[in-house]
Amino acid sequence: MMEIDVLFLVLGCPLAGGIVLALVGHRDVARDVNVAFSFGTFLAACALTARVISSGPMFAFNEEFFIDPLNVFLVTLTAFVGLTTAIFSRPYMRVERDHGKMTPNRLRLYHSMYQMFSFTMLLALTTNNMGILWVAMEAATLTTVLLVSVYRTAASLEAAWKYFILCGVGIAQALFGTVLLYMAAEKVLGSEGGALLWTHLDAVKVGLDPNIMTLAFAFLFIGYGTKVGLVPVHNWLPDAHAEGPTPVSAVLSGLLLNVALYAVLRCKVLTDGALQSHLAGNLMMGFGLVSVVASVFLLIRQKDVKRMFAYSSIEHMGLMTFAFGMGGPIANFAGLLHMTVHSLVKSAIFFAVGHAAQKAGTQLMDEIRGLLKVSPTVAWGLMLGSLAILGMPPFGVFASEFLIVTTAMREQPWATPFLLVALGVAFATVFSRVQPMVFGDTTVKPLAHPPALIPVFLHLGLALMLGLYIPTYLDMWYRQAARMLGN
Amino acid sequence: MTQILAQFVNLLGALLLMLAFAMISQRRILSLINLFTLQGLTLVVSTVVVGYVTLQPHLYLSAALTFVLKVVLIPFLLHRIIDRLKIRWDVETLINIPTTMLIGIGVVIFAFNLATPIALLSTSLARGTLGIALGCVLLSFLMMITRAKAVPQVIGFLAMENGLFFAATSATYGMPMVVELGIALDVLIGVLILGVFMFQIREQFDSLDIRHLEKLKDQ
Repeated sequence: MMEIDVLFLVLGCPLAGGIVLALVGHRDVARDVNVAFSFGTFLAACALTARVISSGPMFAFNEEFFIDPLNVFLVTLTAFVGLTTAIFSRPYMRVERDHGKMTPNRLRLYHSMYQMFSFTMLLALTTNNMGILWVAMEAATLTTVLLVSVYRTAASLEAAWKYFILCGVGIAQALFGTVLLYMAAEKVLGSEGGALLWTHLDAVKVGLDPNIMTLAFAFLFIGYGTKVGLVPVHNWLPDAHAEGPTPVSAVLSGLLLNVALYAVLRCKVLTDGALQSHLAGNLMMGFGLVSVVASVFLLIRQKDVKRMFAYSSIEHMGLMTFAFGMGGPIANFAGLLHMTVHSLVKSAIFFAVGHAAQKAGTQLMDEIRGLLKVSPTVAWGLMLGSLAILGMPPFGVFASEFLIVTTAMREQPWATPFLLVALGVAFATVFSRVQPMVFGDTTVKPLAHPPALIPVFLHLGLALMLGLYIPTYLDMWYRQAARMLGN
Repeated sequence: MTQILAQFVNLLGALLLMLAFAMISQRRILSLINLFTLQGLTLVVSTVVVGYVTLQPHLYLSAALTFVLKVVLIPFLLHRIIDRLKIRWDVETLINIPTTMLIGIGVVIFAFNLATPIALLSTSLARGTLGIALGCVLLSFLMMITRAKAVPQVIGFLAMENGLFFAATSATYGMPMVVELGIALDVLIGVLILGVFMFQIREQFDSLDIRHLEKLKDQ
């Protein structure tokens, strides 16, 4: 009974927040209400985590929801980054309102959709039903479309339209894949008894028809892969990141991409079981590697700071996809760790970038100079965050990238040079761009409201900790999840 | 009797495919919406027939849902949008309809080839229809690529959803009810959001031409 209550709170809190903020989201107090609901969600997620640590995986609501080692840490991570982003968004949105970019109506839409977005992601993570997973992913697209377009400028409308159409088409492919999956499952499980429940499918995956599953995975991978931002279906991602408000860029990069990759992983486990071959893994390795290499060479050409870090997100998602594609306990472990640290570090970077862009009044890197003189904390946040995302020790990204590259050397030696070149080029580019933004003479102005920098350093601190030491239970989950993902 | 009804479902599938081709070549926005409504109606009839033959009462429910959503509500919303945007009588200049149709034929052949090995495994009543459904999905995709105006693009998006729904009924006798309800809700909200977007795009660009939406590029 207790488990159901906690899970109910994890989902109910953001849903209630979405409704309450739809009513009061335009008031000044809405910023705090937003934080309060996110904090409630985070507390519920912590309680859920404690429960899973003490009594193991669980089901709820007639097996419609389930928590296992693969999704429990993502639930906590989502709730955590959701909370810190809400804290960051408090001063950020105040400044945006003062600049006249946010009207009361837009603020209401923003706050309400922020909570609904958290809800859809948590629903996607906790549901056991592959159909509901699709519904939640589509709903997450809809809420983020509204968030990206919130400024109503020509550029943001264009970005949102592109995002909607591209992801809508992509996710339609995933629905076709889900239909095929259901078709394969029906033969084994019958139309009753939850033929779309993942745990049931997992139990009979060896018996699923390999022909149908091959096609189903192809569609599911294209569909959810669009949301992961894999090249060549990545076009929506830089636009959506650059034109939406910065808190939205942070949760897009830090959370939504993870949830989409999570969906791909769930499908991969079933496909691997049915096919008894490495087809799904090979597909993921191929697209992952292409994404890593292509995004790095697109990253070089960027002038907008948020666009640059958006391409960096594509690179890292590609790296994770590649790692999960290789499979095996070490690569899977590294992939999961990379998911966690990338999410923490990338959102921290977006927080710092958001404040920097507000101070400079532009997102163009050439016009943001010498942050260190005006606001040392923002400058150090940006510098340390960039070093962390580029894989400098002792941050956690180094640990996961090191594991991925060494595993690649052993198991897929052909891919290693590509990975190393891409990581090297990314390092040279991002570092040389960020360095003048931080040091040197300045043109930026101080802000009317003090920025919220606790989230930045909290995230970087956690990423640092994960590079040096991983808590026992986290290590255990990663290992269990890695084993479950198989090879 | 069952045999005849199975043939009937196949016939409806063929009709659906024909409507998809008609939509690709239709220049008038108003006719496009009517074609979309007709497609929804075909879908409702085929769902009812499949439900009747296979004794799956929940298919009646999903047919009713489709009727309300795709034959009544969404066409109504689309009519309102084109009225208020004053584009009811707009005619889009499409270049190269014959070429598009030829590509469409190629796409359908591809879809049939892809679906045949799987359709053979299907125990479903109308197994030939999986290829048709995939064909419809890909044709709608083609339509979205070739159109430069916002409204036809959205109709292409919705037609794609029709194809997917047809796949679900023909291959698996429909998805579980919760999932179908969720999908319906997503589609409805999606249409509402896109409708609002169209007004904003019009306000920003004085036009609904998607070609205005190509400013964001990597430098």
